[in-house]
Amino acid sequence: MSGQIKNILLVGVGGQGILLASEILSEAAMLAGFDVKKSEIHGMSQRGGSVVSHVRYGAEVFSPIVPEGEGDILFGFELMETCRSLPLLKPGGTVVANDLQISPPSVLMGQELYPGGLVERIKAQFADFLLVDGQKIAADSGNVKAANTVLLGAVSKRLSIAEEYWLKALEKMVPAKALDVNKRAFRMGREF
Amino acid sequence: MKEILSGNEAIARGAYEAGCLVACAYPGTPSTEILENTIKYTEIDSSWAPNEKVALEVAIGASFGGGRALCTMKHVGVNVAADPLFTLSYTGVRGGLVLVAADDPEMHSSQNEQDSRNYARFAKVPMLEPSDSRECKEFTRLGFELSEQYDTPVMLRSSTRISHGKSLVELGERVTDLPLPKLEKNPAKLVMLPGNARVRHPLVEQNLINLSKAAAALPFNRVELRDTSIGIITAGICYQYVREVLPNASTLKLGMVYPLPHELIREFASKVDTLYVIEELDPFIEDQVKAMGIPVIGKEIISLCGELTPGRLRTAFGLPQAAVTPAEKMPGRPPNMCPGCPHRGVFFALKQLRAYVTGDIGCYTLGFMPPLSAMDTCVCMGASIGMATGVTKVVSAEEKKKVVAVIGDSTFLHTGVNGLMDMVYNNSPATVIILDNNITAMTGRQDNPASGFTLMDDPTHAVNIPLLCKAVGVKHIRIVNPLDLEETKRVIAEEMERPEPSVIITNKPCVLIKREDVFQKGPIYAVDEERCTGCRACLKIGCPAIEWRAAGDGSRRGKASIDPLLCTGCDVCRQLCKFDVIGSKP
Repeated sequence: MSGQIKNILLVGVGGQGILLASEILSEAAMLAGFDVKKSEIHGMSQRGGSVVSHVRYGAEVFSPIVPEGEGDILFGFELMETCRSLPLLKPGGTVVANDLQISPPSVLMGQELYPGGLVERIKAQFADFLLVDGQKIAADSGNVKAANTVLLGAVSKRLSIAEEYWLKALEKMVPAKALDVNKRAFRMGREF
Repeated sequence: MKEILSGNEAIARGAYEAGCLVACAYPGTPSTEILENTIKYTEIDSSWAPNEKVALEVAIGASFGGGRALCTMKHVGVNVAADPLFTLSYTGVRGGLVLVAADDPEMHSSQNEQDSRNYARFAKVPMLEPSDSRECKEFTRLGFELSEQYDTPVMLRSSTRISHGKSLVELGERVTDLPLPKLEKNPAKLVMLPGNARVRHPLVEQNLINLSKAAAALPFNRVELRDTSIGIITAGICYQYVREVLPNASTLKLGMVYPLPHELIREFASKVDTLYVIEELDPFIEDQVKAMGIPVIGKEIISLCGELTPGRLRTAFGLPQAAVTPAEKMPGRPPNMCPGCPHRGVFFALKQLRAYVTGDIGCYTLGFMPPLSAMDTCVCMGASIGMATGVTKVVSAEEKKKVVAVIGDSTFLHTGVNGLMDMVYNNSPATVIILDNNITAMTGRQDNPASGFTLMDDPTHAVNIPLLCKAVGVKHIRIVNPLDLEETKRVIAEEMERPEPSVIITNKPCVLIKREDVFQKGPIYAVDEERCTGCRACLKIGCPAIEWRAAGDGSRRGKASIDPLLCTGCDVCRQLCKFDVIGSKP
């Protein structure tokens, strides 16, 4: 059974909109007829801490958290957080990462350096690695705030959920006035 | 219709479908969103109480009046509500009453990981434990029926992974055929004086025996026979991990974890070769199964600490782990106070004054983190003031002056005000700083009795905190602007010197408050990089909007820079700059 479950991890920094992205993903999976479970930690993590959201879908899902080392896709909103969560991914898994660096407190205060060579480190371990400049594509789509939707579009191509369900999920979860921009951003990410 | 709901959303939905009329709570992770969802149902009167004890008392009143009532709290909230809870089991209910206790194994956002199941046994109250959102809704709904049928409050135990996990739920309709609440006197049942309570106690004990006997037929517990070489008794989120990791094992899935279904357990045990109990935290089920004389393996293989995960369960059963990419060493990313947070200046001053700071529960507990590093104790809600009094009772006259309690507005009203009464009553020389940011911030901006709004967003009277302190008897009450570093430090220093009780109240709101006219961004600040000497003074407040940009030549040199998207214009960093190179952008 677990072989048929898709395990997706969304990681980044509190405040980046990871929870909304994982809601849209879960909604799309449900509309496509799958059983879905999702888990994440609220609370302290909202104050700029690391955030990990787990989404699993398939015929029947038990655990709401992805078993360690069984992630199919790591969907990173920030580079250091993407690297931190690589151990959650199965060997040969897929990494879709936003090309963005957000400095943690120790780096802001000049006590540590933001680690270098992260992109190369991910590449060396995971051949299926897509680096997306979410901010730039979002700006091209008409709204820099739609970066998450761009990334979601890029991830969507690697999942067995038809485009119509993604668009329906966006319609449900995104405010009406931002819908067109987000649909455009989604398609641009999907074509990336 | 199916929807993806979190456990908390599903509990709210279950209460709605059960015809619940009143929902009351004090916010606390991971329980907070339950009441933030009951407000979607206008049929339910939803409100924040100042603390969990009051919340439960409101629910009890609603139940005694004949309406169904929901009360929710985090695990440690049950400690506060324990007083009414333990006698509520004696009185029983009129309208059904469900008390949700949301545990936090692994302490994702808590100060301990107490196991609320012990309260069910201690208070003699049945407890249900759902294992996904569908069961959250169903068990809440059925909990109200069980409560009325057995004339007892019913506890529903959630955990972080259940409350904040999402899964599919089939929605139902709200029941409409409940009797209308009206006053009905029944002192023999509801006035717990010794004479009445002596009559009630045996009924409570008999009730639990009856429930245990009926448990096999109730819709909560379920035997799933598969391979009988391994039999596992489990409940809640652990059931999901067992099904994930040991899909062929037979399971006795308990939906009611107290009282236990003894006959069902014996029957299950007789059908399997080796019996295990898989549960997080305490050996609550295991000890009771052992007391029945049934050999069982439990805490020998599952930790008493932290939460279970599929990987940890694999380890417990000696199963192979997935090949894992080795973790890379990365700088940590702990939570931090927000840019512009009004707490920052206070902790900066306390650090400079070398105060001994008794702390409390809220965002300001992050004052513990470097570079502010200005909190010395944190135990529970409202504890800071009492602890400050206690410290001053034992240290030298000179050290007494160093003792300062810090507490937020919501926490002060929760249980801190009692500590202040004691402080005045017994003339403690400690200083109290009430960090009044006009909201319950840590749990995600909930209103409280001093914020001026109800949970339903209706304007209401706001407790006047300075007047309250005055009424308690504090003679020295000072209001400070915590964004003015010099004033803040001077006032704190003066009050620390004073050998009498004194209270300092800060007057700037939380930057996350979205309500109009409460928090307003100032002009955005910038560093004049030409003139920045790289002295690092502005880094000492740990503002996430200020970044150190190293010169990149391998030296320690560099310059500070302000992120215009994060800066709120609080002005604190400008006051720290001795070279006057930080200013608002024209």
